[in-house]
Amino acid sequence: MSLLRTERLKKHFGETRAVDGVDFSVNEGEFLSLVGTNGAGKTTLVNLISAFLSPDSGRIFIADRDITYAPVDERIRAGIARSFQLVNLFDDLSVLDNVALAIFAREGKTKRIFALAERDTVVTQEATELLGQFGLAGKAQGLAGGLAQGERKLLDVAVAYALRPKLLFLDEPTSGVSTRDKAQIMDTVSSVVRGGGITAVVIEHDMDVVFKYSDRVVVMHEGRFLADGPPEEIRRNRDVATYLLGTDVSD
Amino acid sequence: MSAPQAPSLARRAAAAAAVLAALLFVPVVAGTYQTQLLTYGLTLGIAALGFNLLLGYSGLLSFGHSAFFGAGAYAVALMMRYLGVTSMELFILGGIAFSAVLAALFGVVCVRHTRIFFAILTLALSQVLWTLAYKFFWITGGTDGLRVPFSKLTLLGGQVAFPGADAFAKFITAYYYYVLAAFCVCVALMWLIVHSPFGKTLQAIRDNETRARFLGVRIWRYRWLAFLVSGIFTGVAGSLWVPLNGLTTPDVLYWPQSGKIVFFAVLGGFRNFTGPIVGAVIFNYLEVYAVAVTEYWQITLGVILIALVTFLPSGVVGSAARLSARLKRRREASP
Repeated sequence: MSLLRTERLKKHFGETRAVDGVDFSVNEGEFLSLVGTNGAGKTTLVNLISAFLSPDSGRIFIADRDITYAPVDERIRAGIARSFQLVNLFDDLSVLDNVALAIFAREGKTKRIFALAERDTVVTQEATELLGQFGLAGKAQGLAGGLAQGERKLLDVAVAYALRPKLLFLDEPTSGVSTRDKAQIMDTVSSVVRGGGITAVVIEHDMDVVFKYSDRVVVMHEGRFLADGPPEEIRRNRDVATYLLGTDVSD
Repeated sequence: MSAPQAPSLARRAAAAAAVLAALLFVPVVAGTYQTQLLTYGLTLGIAALGFNLLLGYSGLLSFGHSAFFGAGAYAVALMMRYLGVTSMELFILGGIAFSAVLAALFGVVCVRHTRIFFAILTLALSQVLWTLAYKFFWITGGTDGLRVPFSKLTLLGGQVAFPGADAFAKFITAYYYYVLAAFCVCVALMWLIVHSPFGKTLQAIRDNETRARFLGVRIWRYRWLAFLVSGIFTGVAGSLWVPLNGLTTPDVLYWPQSGKIVFFAVLGGFRNFTGPIVGAVIFNYLEVYAVAVTEYWQITLGVILIALVTFLPSGVVGSAARLSARLKRRREASP
């Protein structure tokens, strides 16, 4: 069953057709990878769906509800959350506070003005458990700004995950980290996200990561979809081999 | 570079209790003049506390907080002059109401902007208020201002009054304890606010507005509420200050007053809770003694400000905390 779909979604920047009339759908429970060369339109597509950008035309539906022009907070309430390509954290707050804030926001508790945040044991406990799932429990009291890059990537995902979304967009969760950290990050993310029954869309460049973790792969090229299918099919696709991998499939 | 680790809650409470105990003895060991100076410092400390909810915790630099300080002061003066009110408690309530209405209105205009645009808007609006106080002289007394003589003032629901010509020392002592109590309430309230989910959300917005937005936080609503609370605290400070001064004039609404409040935060350090309070108290002494020593006192204060920004950008308290943390690390590292 389709959780999210777009109809002829379009976003142009001058002459550049970043997203060019895309019909995109994400099925409930799947772990989907969105791949493509730089400038293919992957991040723009996610930005349109998450309300970071407004589309020129087209529609966006989540569970058949039209959210094309809904503001960010409404889309979050509808079940969409995202992480960012460049890690976006609250660096001067503790690791625990970063996750706790997402929980306070989800629970509508951020307007509580005369109550100590740390005394909310329900939120603190959930945040601590969640950090444990992401392997960050030992860093809970440290500042987010003091984490290593791989840990920051994980925390970025944990903050988005704490919103308990139906659909989680992860924009290059392994960029800028070592090969060893990549595997660790993706193992953790995949296990937590699948364990939580959350639908995930991952933008990723590393095709080894894509083929290993995805249920379905969507390939973008110059604002349009080039291919869409399970990893084995994408691996054999001649167009993908030419445009994305720079090889011929017969190789 | 890591920030100095925050002391535990118990250590903070112990330090606050020690400071409070020392403050309780000030009128006993110090003379009337020193007690009066510290009372001024405490009222300014409340203003700094309110101001820093915006600068330190929300990342918004207001150059117009004289508006709220003046609103609190003029609320007292106008209530005494036109309504015949003498109760300090009613004055504080009036100051809260006056500054809250003003902050709510100014906030709607200002909080949708940040950085220089926010600063300029707050400055412009405060100057509108200054002009009104200046021009509507038949109400505000113009440059002559409005008098708030302590002899007409009553504290604690009329139980404490200060009649007679020789009551000044008695007033200063009683009023010091009154302001100290108000100061403690304000500090406790603000501490609660900045450690609440709301306070954490403000800090999150300050650190990363985009991420906060993608947690579903409606940024400008939180900024508006912070602006309102900040204005109220500064208004309370103005209300407490005016009986001590005995007079309010348009000068309290003029931009140098806003500049002074910014100075408090820079002097003490705006990235920690106590910095602006300490800054306000130190500034008060600096100003009084600089005025007494030289007619070029503004130059003296200007040089101090330049030196602070250059050599101690985290302010007196922030620098002391960093130094203390460094010494602690060195002690732990040595065998």
